[in-house]
Amino acid sequence: MRKIRPTTNFAFSMIAVLLSVLTVVPLLFAIIISFSSEASIAKKGYSFIPSEWSVASYRYLMASMDSVGRAFGVSVAVTVIGTILSLWLIGTMAFVLSRKEFPLRRLYTVLIMIPMFFSGGLVASYVVNTQLFGLKNSFLALILPQACSSWYIIVMRTYFRDNIPNELIDAAKIDGAGIFRIFFDIVIPLGRPIFAAVGIFEAFAYWNSWYYAMLYIRPERKELYPLQYLLYSIQQNAENIAANDNISGAVLKNIPAESFRMAVVVIITLPILLAYPLVRKHFTSGMLTGAVKE
Amino acid sequence: MEFIALSLPTIIWYIAFCYMPLFGIVIAFKRYSPVPGRSFIYNLFVASPFTGLDNFRFLFINPQIKAVVRNTLAYNFIFLILDTVLPIAIAVMLSHIYSDRLRGITKSAAMLPYFMSWVVVSMFLFAFLSTDKGFLNSVLTELGQEPVRWYQEPAVWPFILILTHTWKAYGYALVLYMANITSIDPGLYESAMVDGATAWQMVLKITLPLIRPVVIVIFLLNLGGILNTDFGLFYQATRNSGSIISATQTIDVYTYKALMEQANYGYSAAASLIQNVIGCIFLIAANTLIKRIDPQEGIL
Repeated sequence: MRKIRPTTNFAFSMIAVLLSVLTVVPLLFAIIISFSSEASIAKKGYSFIPSEWSVASYRYLMASMDSVGRAFGVSVAVTVIGTILSLWLIGTMAFVLSRKEFPLRRLYTVLIMIPMFFSGGLVASYVVNTQLFGLKNSFLALILPQACSSWYIIVMRTYFRDNIPNELIDAAKIDGAGIFRIFFDIVIPLGRPIFAAVGIFEAFAYWNSWYYAMLYIRPERKELYPLQYLLYSIQQNAENIAANDNISGAVLKNIPAESFRMAVVVIITLPILLAYPLVRKHFTSGMLTGAVKE
Repeated sequence: MEFIALSLPTIIWYIAFCYMPLFGIVIAFKRYSPVPGRSFIYNLFVASPFTGLDNFRFLFINPQIKAVVRNTLAYNFIFLILDTVLPIAIAVMLSHIYSDRLRGITKSAAMLPYFMSWVVVSMFLFAFLSTDKGFLNSVLTELGQEPVRWYQEPAVWPFILILTHTWKAYGYALVLYMANITSIDPGLYESAMVDGATAWQMVLKITLPLIRPVVIVIFLLNLGGILNTDFGLFYQATRNSGSIISATQTIDVYTYKALMEQANYGYSAAASLIQNVIGCIFLIAANTLIKRIDPQEGIL
């Protein structure tokens, strides 16, 4: 690529810096607010330079383990179970579709393509999920409806077709290996990069999911709230959260409501930031193979 | 046979979560009135009377629906253009700066919002827009201006929503286009340089034409979803504020509210059905069009 002039480079670099700052500033602001004292927020509002720093919100967070801790646990469980289930559903179908000798390949491809174009809509799936499958107020409602994705199946199928040699699978068959054996011993190890990429996307989707909780989990089953939905439900009032908790009177009297909400934002974001180096590694490979088609 | 066994769970998932709900579409033509304690099939086919096209007729005379359709189309049209032009411009710009480090940092920063949920983003936004504590109003007061009740002011929301959407979405496309630009054969640029081409000419004659296929695929996917909106953006980021819905309510928000807040199954189903049918036509049409222009492209 031709070198641009130093002045142009300077201007472009400044734009890049500005862009990066604008992109991360809201998160930085949330972190600052979570460490601001209630008195400071009452006086100055949300400020980048609070008049007084405080960890009261995090102390309150520790004290409300019954709700926040539980919600954290639900989110972790949903993310782990959901991601494994997704990878199984997507991976097996992708492998089957990548095999030319599978006679129902055309039919199955059509079957997974149709939902990309047409769906029953919100009411239809809501009614079926609640009345037929009884998913209302159920842990499975947080996992099953988003467990599979036609798009990722196609992405993975393309990867398998291009990266797993036919000879290897044929040889394994001659040696008498069954399809499950082949899937575990050949497909999963050879497909590791794509499993990692799709897995990361699925894990984030589950960790960030609030929509299904909002649809299917009613307030009488608060113990099933994932962290995201808990944050949503305390947006309006932080006092809600104290209801179920055995928090000592002194703490309860001074709920650091404002900073507490932002502290929840911070503990939701922390795992995302920790997993971020992984994302950087797999992000593009996960996106790019998708753009390659049959 | 073994293939079928291996893929059986996925097929069951598709039948349960994609094909079973298709039966639910009949709700759009019925007055759905479930009898507690009776089976779903009984409720759907026996207990609920057929009303023909009544749901659709009432939907169209609903005064809200005009704004809903207008918002959906207007926002998506703006997003369609911004999501294509802006990331490409930034990607081209970034690919030229000298510092690899700065390029890496900018890419990492840009991707971050993509991995944030709308609940979290809504909190970010609130920190800036809250009437009594928000940063914007602090600045306004500081400047001697009256504070604004942002969540009650429909006129400002198109800007806020477009900004928020772009902030959250540009990184994904940016990284995608960057990866594409990086994969262009450096030899092309070298020979252009020998011919004395300027940096700008190279962008126009080499970079842009070579990333065109990816641009087309993404544009096509977005175009197919012209009636679909990001529910999180329009519901969470606005904190579902009632006084601004004239500027913020889209089809997806309408369907959700008709179902969950008014338990109006029929309207909601009718709105979804129209959305899906038109969306499907759009996607197929866009796909056909692209294939005619360039047979290598398209998702089917």
